[in-house]
Amino acid sequence: MDDLETHEHDVIVIGAGGAGLRAAIEASTQGVSVGLICKSLLGKAHTVMAEGGVAAALANTDSRDNWQVHFRDTMRGGKMLNNWRMAQIHAQEAPERVNELEEWGALFDRTADGRILQRNFGGHRYPRLAHVGDRTGLEMIRTLQNHGIHQGFEVYMECTVTHLFKDGGRIAGAFAYWRDTGRFVLFRAKAIVLATGGIGKAYTVTSNSWEYTGDGHALAFRTGADLIDMEFVQFHPTGMIWPPSVRGILVTEGVRGEGGVLKNSEGERFMFNYVPEMFQGEYAESEEEAQRWLGGDKSARRPPELLTRDVVSRAIRSENLAGRGSPHGGVYLDIASQQDAEFIKRKLPSMYHQFKQLGDVDITRQPMEIGPTCHYVMGGVRVDAETAHSTVPGLFACGEVAGGMHGANRLGGNSLSDLLVFGRRAGKSAVEYAKSQSSAPEIDADEVAQAEREDLAPFEGRGDENPYALLQDLQKCMETYAGIVRTRADLQQGLEELAGLQQRLARVTVEGTRQYNPGWHYALDLHNMLTVSVAIATAALNREESRGAHSRLDFPDSLPDMEKFNLTLTYRDGQLECRREPRPEMPDELKQLIEVGPGELTADDVAPRFERRRGF
Amino acid sequence: MAEATLKIFRGTAERSEYQTFSVPTYQGMVVLDAVHDIQAGQAPDLAVRWNCKAGKCGSCGAEVNGNPRLLCMTRMDQYPAGQPIVVEPMRRFPLIRDLVCDVSWNYEVNKRIKPLAPKPREADGTYRMQQYDIDRVQEFHKCIECFLCQDVCHVMRDHGKYDFAGPRFMVRLAALAMHPLDTVDRLRDLRDAQGIGYCNITKCCTEVCPESISITDNAIIPLKERVAGEFYDPLAWIWRALRGKKADTRNPVH
Repeated sequence: MDDLETHEHDVIVIGAGGAGLRAAIEASTQGVSVGLICKSLLGKAHTVMAEGGVAAALANTDSRDNWQVHFRDTMRGGKMLNNWRMAQIHAQEAPERVNELEEWGALFDRTADGRILQRNFGGHRYPRLAHVGDRTGLEMIRTLQNHGIHQGFEVYMECTVTHLFKDGGRIAGAFAYWRDTGRFVLFRAKAIVLATGGIGKAYTVTSNSWEYTGDGHALAFRTGADLIDMEFVQFHPTGMIWPPSVRGILVTEGVRGEGGVLKNSEGERFMFNYVPEMFQGEYAESEEEAQRWLGGDKSARRPPELLTRDVVSRAIRSENLAGRGSPHGGVYLDIASQQDAEFIKRKLPSMYHQFKQLGDVDITRQPMEIGPTCHYVMGGVRVDAETAHSTVPGLFACGEVAGGMHGANRLGGNSLSDLLVFGRRAGKSAVEYAKSQSSAPEIDADEVAQAEREDLAPFEGRGDENPYALLQDLQKCMETYAGIVRTRADLQQGLEELAGLQQRLARVTVEGTRQYNPGWHYALDLHNMLTVSVAIATAALNREESRGAHSRLDFPDSLPDMEKFNLTLTYRDGQLECRREPRPEMPDELKQLIEVGPGELTADDVAPRFERRRGF
Repeated sequence: MAEATLKIFRGTAERSEYQTFSVPTYQGMVVLDAVHDIQAGQAPDLAVRWNCKAGKCGSCGAEVNGNPRLLCMTRMDQYPAGQPIVVEPMRRFPLIRDLVCDVSWNYEVNKRIKPLAPKPREADGTYRMQQYDIDRVQEFHKCIECFLCQDVCHVMRDHGKYDFAGPRFMVRLAALAMHPLDTVDRLRDLRDAQGIGYCNITKCCTEVCPESISITDNAIIPLKERVAGEFYDPLAWIWRALRGKKADTRNPVH
């Protein structure tokens, strides 16, 4: 261990997307030493792919909006399983976080009076998403990156963490390899913030990049932290499906926010037939009303294409089962008939470009063929709402890797605001925790040697398993048995196959050297993907109802009793333990916000204007 | 099933060769798909840098048949059938292995650029900006930092002048200089530290930009005009002398 490259910081942040960057910025401004480790180059993390916008009740575009309505939308979108305190903090703090980005250089699209323009999105009652055309994530990550590089934290690029260490019960450091050389590196830290994003690479059809292998979920889990809500994986209703090369690439919900409609093979706007009971009366009931809404009539209700993602994905599946799908198993998303070409190119430039260049489709003239794609995991590390502290002392989590905020289904735009709000809180709390530690934690040399042996094992395998083949089989397994719809039999079969894959993983062998070797990287990532996949399937098996993104064909209804708990997973002595964690009671004033009917909740009756503007 | 042949650069700075692979093709296939298929079936340690495979992150820049391109946005069917497609790393940067090179220099250059210093908010706590005031800067913010413009720029590629920040950072500097909220005077820095004088407007950067940013016309030329106006305009010298303002008559470094 003596000749091992070692770095020491008060706080280490793992992951440099929006959440990690925001956490590192916050931690640095508190005057401690901070290191930011990223698996890719800085500025390439998954946040860069976010398109539609960041949700914040700024009330610029519709003055009726406020944090209470945002909170209500978030809880109802999450089918009431959200950690209510997280949803409340998120709705209250998002506007301030968005305004702060503007101060750091972000340029959102503008209203006529020069303020930040907001667009409609699924499940949001009012136009709420601050956006930059359809490349909001790029604007955010570049803004955070260019602000962050002057805050004094160290950045370790193309560096992948494979193990976390503890000293007694508390966190002590991380073990990683450099992508370019394959050499190992040890990080000592008093506090670690996980901001590693999601798990989407465990599925075949996904909008997620190769990085999304559940590293933070698995690292935390193996370190003894609880995971929560892992049964909830979001399938975004609109991914590209044809040609094969582009299958899964995201088509922003902004297309529907800007007026795009969904049609089946018979040309019918089928979403009118799929408004769930919970949302009855809140959506337009005829095409005529939906058209009036698009024209700006505030008395008209929003079109049902803007229902939450779980509802729309299931509707697309139902249309296909009924024989009304498109040739490649999706449906049509049509904005050409709703908006003129100039508008489409201005508000959705990368969608225009993406379809033209990769799919030979001109979206200003033709409909897009789309279908569900794995997009986001609501589940994650169980954290304290105020501090983002996990159940392991010194280990924090924010952004997609943290669970609780989104419940059973996330609203579009709420992830970008989530990562700002809780990225900042995680960075701040990590510093407070680090400062409270009187002594630096120690790392056991034997554990480091063991980590090194485990990471190098694929070079010494017997040669009968190829990481790429194993990855494909894992993805197929999750897609088949733990996808948009689930049954007990399927999930049990899936878990059995995952156990088989675990055996095969032990025999994986890689060729070549340690220098920038993608086969080796996958071999290591597979451990994380398998851990997370088992967690998802186990939780899905244990929730015997349908709620939000979790649809059980054998238990098609949402059951009131099941609303009372979250499923929590813990890894103890090599065994996975799944238990029901009762949900904390929500204060009456928040309950009332959710219970009041639509239309009764406006800025004028629940929040005086001055409160919205407070602080600016 | 139709097949395509790829000739791919393999190796390190010390030892390298071109290896030829055949892969089945399918509708809509891009060069990055072919590279992935080769990894999965024939060369599991073939190094390539990529992330989003949707033209949004700018990780997979390389040279295809000698042209700097994003591998994920380059369709296979645009190349004549029967001829090998040559894939090489970006030539301008030090090689790590196969198609991956060390682009860390760009991050150092970026760090030397003075950050935005915003003017104060309006009395109501907002910043008011009209859309037409930010359209141009939003064009610059489209940059995905693929560094293809840095790869192709002959100031560095052919002449090795690394005191030129390069097209990517001229775009970033233009975005700051034209940002409605920025209060920093960047002209001396552009002339002295960023080497704007090196660019002789051959527009190679604009041609390779996958985001179609008009790098030369909209970013570099207006910045050059501002620098010239500040430091090289004789009428401005006289005006400043008459007004008693201290003129900057120091000779330019380039």
